[in-house]
Amino acid sequence: MLTPREFLVRGLLAGLIAGVAAFVVGYVVGGPSVGASIAIEEAGGGHSHGDEAEAPAEAEDEGTVVPRDLQSTLGLATGTLVMGTALGGLAGIMTGVAFGRFGRRSARSTALAVAGTAFTVFYVVPYLIYPPNPPAVGLTETIGYRTGLYVAMLAISIVAAVLGLYLARMLRGRLGAWYAGLVGVGGYAVIIIIALLVLPRYNEVPDDFPATVLFAFRQASVITQAVLWGVIGVVLGELTHRLMVRGAAATPVPATVG
Amino acid sequence: MSAAAIPNEPAITVELPTLSLRELWPWILFSILIALLAVYFVGAEQGATSVFSGTAVHEWVHDARHLLGFPCH
Repeated sequence: MLTPREFLVRGLLAGLIAGVAAFVVGYVVGGPSVGASIAIEEAGGGHSHGDEAEAPAEAEDEGTVVPRDLQSTLGLATGTLVMGTALGGLAGIMTGVAFGRFGRRSARSTALAVAGTAFTVFYVVPYLIYPPNPPAVGLTETIGYRTGLYVAMLAISIVAAVLGLYLARMLRGRLGAWYAGLVGVGGYAVIIIIALLVLPRYNEVPDDFPATVLFAFRQASVITQAVLWGVIGVVLGELTHRLMVRGAAATPVPATVG
Repeated sequence: MSAAAIPNEPAITVELPTLSLRELWPWILFSILIALLAVYFVGAEQGATSVFSGTAVHEWVHDARHLLGFPCH
């Protein structure tokens, strides 16, 4: 028996595993560039962390309450596990929604498509206009402005994706799956391109910030997110596939079971 | 056995089982809320806005916030 609960549980589990994978990859691939940026920050280059006002009270590390070696290990793991599990759960439910609604796709293919779509909509598209920056880049005074813009782009991307999917599904009967899909993706692309042209941009990378560190950091960010969603897609696909196989075996075909 | 014996069957198209939206909506809502909560605390808390005072949450998830692509500092 197929229930939403089965999808949610599998999504949460896939997300937890993806969170572990993202932590390992993020630590190995992203650690060096984050460390290099912090070193630049502490050497006085770039922009400071923003808590210098209360620095004297907190002693050494410019007023940090969590030591760097915890931030880069347990702290990073907490972030990737929380994000992975929560987004995995969402991906699980979305796979439950999508399954059977977009043609005769297998469970594995549906889960992978959901994860790929989520990676694009939640990460790649906002990245196109507001790419992530390493520590030491970014002014404390503008964090509200930058967060607002990021959330706005994210919201536009999500709403546009929902509209695109809805459009594709509505037009399936009339145009066929392929052309309906093209219209849906095209509609999404048009909205995103307009947003990219209209939304304000900013650049807070200091002139003397090493381009190689910036590139290494952004590359690591892409890899970490790709691993997060890739693992969610593959593991969720495998788990839901097994659910279907089990379900198929359990449905009454009396003579052949066993 | 033969096709003639079942003239009213709509060919051999097996419908995949879909979950009805009536059944799904509370789960959709729930998973969206949980995801929003996670994204907020990992991605934005003690940055643009703060639920808790201080900088401990921000610093604890600091590296994840940067690497996962959220604006920081």
